[in-house]
Amino acid sequence: MDRQAVMQQGLAETIPVPRLSPEARRRQLREKAIAGFITLMAFTGIAALVLILVFVAKEALALFTEAEARHEASLSKMFLPQVVRQNRPPAFVWQPVSGVPKVSMIPLFIGTLKTTAVSMLVAVPVGVFGALYAAEFAPRRLRELLKPVIELLAGIPSVVLGFFALMVMATFLQDTLGLNTRLNAVVAGLGLALAIVPVIFTVAEDSLTAVPRSYREASLALGATPWETAWKVVLPAAAPGILAACVLGFGRAIGETMIILMASGNAAIVSANLGDSVRSLSATIAAEMGEVVVGSTHYSLLFFIGVQLFLFTFVLNMLASTWTKRVVKKLTGSAS
Amino acid sequence: MTHASRRAVGLALTSLTGLAAFLMVAMLALILLDVIANGASHVTWTFLSQPPSDGMMGGGIFPAIIGTAALTLLMTLAVMPVGVLTAVYLHEYAPPNSRFARWVRVAVVNLAGVPSIVFGLFGLGFFILFVGKGMDRMLGHEELYWAQPGILWASLTLAVLTLPVVIVSTEEALRAVPMDHRTASLALGATQSQTLARVVLPGALPGILTGAVLAISRGAGEVAPILFTGAAYFLPDLPSRLNSQFMHLGYHTYVLATQSPDVEATRPLLYATVLVLLLLTFALNLVAVIIRTRTRRKAAGAH
Repeated sequence: MDRQAVMQQGLAETIPVPRLSPEARRRQLREKAIAGFITLMAFTGIAALVLILVFVAKEALALFTEAEARHEASLSKMFLPQVVRQNRPPAFVWQPVSGVPKVSMIPLFIGTLKTTAVSMLVAVPVGVFGALYAAEFAPRRLRELLKPVIELLAGIPSVVLGFFALMVMATFLQDTLGLNTRLNAVVAGLGLALAIVPVIFTVAEDSLTAVPRSYREASLALGATPWETAWKVVLPAAAPGILAACVLGFGRAIGETMIILMASGNAAIVSANLGDSVRSLSATIAAEMGEVVVGSTHYSLLFFIGVQLFLFTFVLNMLASTWTKRVVKKLTGSAS
Repeated sequence: MTHASRRAVGLALTSLTGLAAFLMVAMLALILLDVIANGASHVTWTFLSQPPSDGMMGGGIFPAIIGTAALTLLMTLAVMPVGVLTAVYLHEYAPPNSRFARWVRVAVVNLAGVPSIVFGLFGLGFFILFVGKGMDRMLGHEELYWAQPGILWASLTLAVLTLPVVIVSTEEALRAVPMDHRTASLALGATQSQTLARVVLPGALPGILTGAVLAISRGAGEVAPILFTGAAYFLPDLPSRLNSQFMHLGYHTYVLATQSPDVEATRPLLYATVLVLLLLTFALNLVAVIIRTRTRRKAAGAH
């Protein structure tokens, strides 16, 4: 036996290891098992996200693996102008159910962009200004009333907003604007704005209230008016959070389905006119999945649209969460 | 610019922000008033207790109410244990700076942003065509039994959709339980799981209930995820098995609003259906708001 081993033996003798009673050991094991089970449960969130991507992508995969589907809906047929009729310039047409399926996704992208643009144009000013009012100017009572009210607005199911856009706003807008079609990008966009204003308001208000009081006090002490303080000091300080609010609203607008399905008219028209009917990516899935043959090219195409929606919103969400983290880090870092 | 004119400009712009806030409240009031004014007179006991009749032009919404209730009940049973335990892991069990916990958080944030229609595709692709088909093969069903749209698959799809809601509110509730309660319990010799079950979770119960209520309200209103996973256009029978299709208030609203042969004839039915759906979600949301303000006040008073 060499010296080291002897020394170690000596050490082990001088520091006795506490002996656990069998019951205590059982208890320890049970604690470990419970902790393990809880950790396993926490894995569900990650698993769900991965499974969503995998299983939506799996059904879309046929577009790239099967020869027939690849011929019928190649990437160039989806995204480049195609000659639809002879002696006419190439065009973008979405007509997946016809003798010769036409599968250009451009009309759907245009539809989504038009409704989203209209909704953002309305929802960003209203949401951000409303948040500014709630965070900076509103008396305390009013603010405490305003927040639950906005939460109620956020709680309205989107099918009800779609119903409201379809039954009330569409008629009203047609009468006032004199548009040709009753259901169009403007109606759908305004209905969509109702859904995303609460999102923008809530996130923007959170980041505005995260700005330390000392910023406001310093600005006011230097002689700035309350408006100048809010506009030139508080708002810039919370800018990444405001941006995150807009990005989250944008992501929600891209993916929102029922409002657009009900209020946009669902005609896949390529035009710059906001008064035309539009067909969005999300509404296309909702409208066509019911009648599609499982496993057909059309079916894979709808899942492919789903993959694109997933990826768009994923990227937007990652951007938004990075920015919100930045505003929190900046403000807490400089305040302490 | 003089100080007075700067003040005047500021006041004008300030009132503009007030206008924006007012606009949001006004839109909510407008929607409510319109739905109540056109729907209230038609919400009668017969409407609530009868199935639709005359090709959706008459009768009531009883199967849709029961379908929505059954759907959200199954969804709640599925989502609450998973959501609460995930939040417990994140707030109580995860080691500080744990990379796994950070990944879980990122996943939850992103899950909350996935469009609801994509959840519908997921429900179809995963639950019906993968799990359902696998179960049919294993259990030896010759015909489609599980591999078809049904209330179980729809509720599980909604459970995945509402998972972030439950996790976020449960975590907030856990945060509101003072650290002293945990340390006191541990100092008295309780193990971590005993502390969790007897001290932390009871303390966080109101917040957890808020999460459940919010999830139910969200789940009851979502239509896009159940379009292809189980909602039925018209079905006088109530769902009796886990694989039966069901009627749903939101889907019924969509059907009445867009596929009616005679818009004027269905209008009162449509408004009444929307009113019932709105009352349901608002009541749930209101309960959540009340519980939350009460616990927040209590938490603020405790410090």
